[in-house]
Amino acid sequence: MTSRTIYGTQKTMELICPAGTPSALRAAVEAGSDAVYCGFRNETNARNFPGLNFDDEELREGVAYAHSRAAKVLVALNTFARAGNFGIWQRAAEQAVSAGADALIVADLGLIDWARKAFPEQRIHLSVQAAAATVPAIRFYVEHFGVRRVVLPRVLTVDEIAAIAADGACEIEVFAFGGLCVMAEGRCLLSSYATGESPNMNGVCSPAAHVAYAQEGTDLAARLNGFTIDRYPDGQPAAYPTLCKGRFSCGGKTMHVFEEPTSLNTIEILPALQRAGVSALKIEGRQRGKAYPDSDGARLPRGVGCFAFGAANAIAGAVSIYRR
Amino acid sequence: MSVLPLLPLQFAAARMFQNALAQHPRMASRLGAHALKRFAIDPVDCPFSFILEPKADAPRLTVVPSLADQVYDARIAAPLLVLLGLLDGRYDGDALFFTRDLMIEGDTAAVLALRNAIEEADIDPAEVLGLPKQVAPFVTERYRSLAMHLRQALGAPPEINCGSGSQ
Amino acid sequence: MQITIGPVLFNWSNPEWADFYARIAEEAPVDRVVLGEVICSKRTPFRSDAIGDVVERLERAGKDVVLATLALPTLKREIAEIGETAGGDHMIEVNDIAAVYQLGGRAHVVGPFINVYNEHTLKVLEGLGARTVCLPPELPAQSIRAIAACRTTADIEVLAFGRAPLAVSARCYHARLHNLTKDSCRYVCDQDRDGLDVDTLDGQKFLAVNGIATMASGVTVLGRELTTLADAGVSRIRLSPHTCDMVAVSAAYRDLCDGRIDAAELMAVIQQQPLPGAIVNGYVHGRAGSVFA
Repeated sequence: MTSRTIYGTQKTMELICPAGTPSALRAAVEAGSDAVYCGFRNETNARNFPGLNFDDEELREGVAYAHSRAAKVLVALNTFARAGNFGIWQRAAEQAVSAGADALIVADLGLIDWARKAFPEQRIHLSVQAAAATVPAIRFYVEHFGVRRVVLPRVLTVDEIAAIAADGACEIEVFAFGGLCVMAEGRCLLSSYATGESPNMNGVCSPAAHVAYAQEGTDLAARLNGFTIDRYPDGQPAAYPTLCKGRFSCGGKTMHVFEEPTSLNTIEILPALQRAGVSALKIEGRQRGKAYPDSDGARLPRGVGCFAFGAANAIAGAVSIYRR
Repeated sequence: MSVLPLLPLQFAAARMFQNALAQHPRMASRLGAHALKRFAIDPVDCPFSFILEPKADAPRLTVVPSLADQVYDARIAAPLLVLLGLLDGRYDGDALFFTRDLMIEGDTAAVLALRNAIEEADIDPAEVLGLPKQVAPFVTERYRSLAMHLRQALGAPPEINCGSGSQ
Repeated sequence: MQITIGPVLFNWSNPEWADFYARIAEEAPVDRVVLGEVICSKRTPFRSDAIGDVVERLERAGKDVVLATLALPTLKREIAEIGETAGGDHMIEVNDIAAVYQLGGRAHVVGPFINVYNEHTLKVLEGLGARTVCLPPELPAQSIRAIAACRTTADIEVLAFGRAPLAVSARCYHARLHNLTKDSCRYVCDQDRDGLDVDTLDGQKFLAVNGIATMASGVTVLGRELTTLADAGVSRIRLSPHTCDMVAVSAAYRDLCDGRIDAAELMAVIQQQPLPGAIVNGYVHGRAGSVFA
């Protein structure tokens, strides 16, 4: 373990950066991430976006590269296996284990159970997509399936995180930076209601294949499968039409009904997270460019000032260009 | 426009495209089904456009005088310097799109796949020009410096890794 | 085919809520009634006084009563309440995995908020005591068939009528809309008895908010699909309560399931009802949930 010291204290938190592609993996490892997380180029992965992710060979090479530099590779198999097609998810788990993955990040109860029996020695982390946010929910996965770490939902407060960590059932990982999901992760069907494809079933949210922009008079309309998610007057920055970040009419008001298009940023509370007993910090954003973990994620362990600069930039930028 | 001699440009473009593909053999597989799409690349400040067909068995980059009579799945339009900046990773496509410096029409998923594949390929200007390894870094550095000055002079959007907050 | 009346997902006033169940007890030809608060624990105290009488009345009328539990318990108090409900005489419906842990293997119903997407997950839950599994609303018929084919101890249930719940959140959208915090919400959600419509900027009906839940604007109505689902091994359908005449709706479903009317006649009955949104059925056909196929 090559965990870093933050804020000069003795406790350490592991820093985990996103790797949407092999070059992002190398950039994250070079920048000093303790671990990277990535997934296969198919529906077993909740960031199943066009042109992203790894094939079997790329994962093997990526794991070898990361291990040669003492970094870990966590493989996300965090969609819910399609009934009658469980073999696709089993094969992905087999490939990840055989490539030398340091942990599988899993959400589906059936897949966790299967992986636990098929690979009793393999470390399993509970994906945020399982939305385990309470002590009994976490104990369920630890006691029944030997889960070693749980990734907590992004909406919890530090006090809530501390209360969960204090139970000591397993290691706690939290999102330190990046996009914020206001819906309970893994329990949101908005995308499939609009498009037929969802994070749980297809590993996509508000998929690009259903996105259309149309210049209408002085407005740019952003639509998802025909549903208008927002309209931007000329001269205003546009955004990707992520469903829950849209503006809608509700109760006589026009507003961001669900969420303002902003990002999560925990810089201010890093010491508190550390005191709360958090084992690992995760940077969101496998779909972002490879400059992302390099310019933002890597700033996290290198010093507060530098990270704050990157994060402040990101927050400012996120208001106009946020997408997930 | 038809008087513009496009043939030399066609040769140069095709040559550079082949060089880039030779350096990045996995690009087509990364594109998956989107490799079969036709992309119209439209430098809005130039009297020509490109049709990009990345399919694995017969990739092609064609120079055309106009897109008017072309069939394509997606069109990517921006000033030439911005398009070049996208290719060599100086710009982030998302940021440019959302600030309206880049226009995308048609198959958004295909464009996203192309963006991610180019991002992964880490295309180096000298490689694309087919230069020998010894001089490549020098040329790449000169190209980047020149391009940066041109962008500044022309008031193009700031580059991604100048801390412009494009994430 | 057995018919279940799902829990009232909206914040109806206590008298209205009790009257609804009184009518269901006396007049609705249904087999099971699931009741209790699923969306927000702040609504629970108002129900506690009335629930004893309601349960007794339903059971006297021969209904199988199941007590629902919260979809997103987060507070210690909420988790303790699930434990208390689970310790009672009735079968409970779990809507969060925390409740499955608390049950410790006792027989229960798995509600539609639990992610059951495949036969392996069904097997795990059966092993933990699931006796009925109401599947998540986004599953296509193909998946429902593959899951039902592997069932042993659990009945498979599918949402056949009502606005599908699509998401839950730590945030209360009703409170947010009224510039209130979740803790001082003044129970504003009681004004929207079928949920509050969320329309697009171009006036398209899209979603509905209901406290911490986001629901479909469209009302799921499965009619002709029931034959296929029954053949696939689905043995229960769930009707989710709205302010329309749920006795008429359940009677029409009873008639359809018993072969007294056909699907077109069912649709005719339902179309006469004042539904809060357009009729949709896309999910079961493997399409966007918002469409009618």
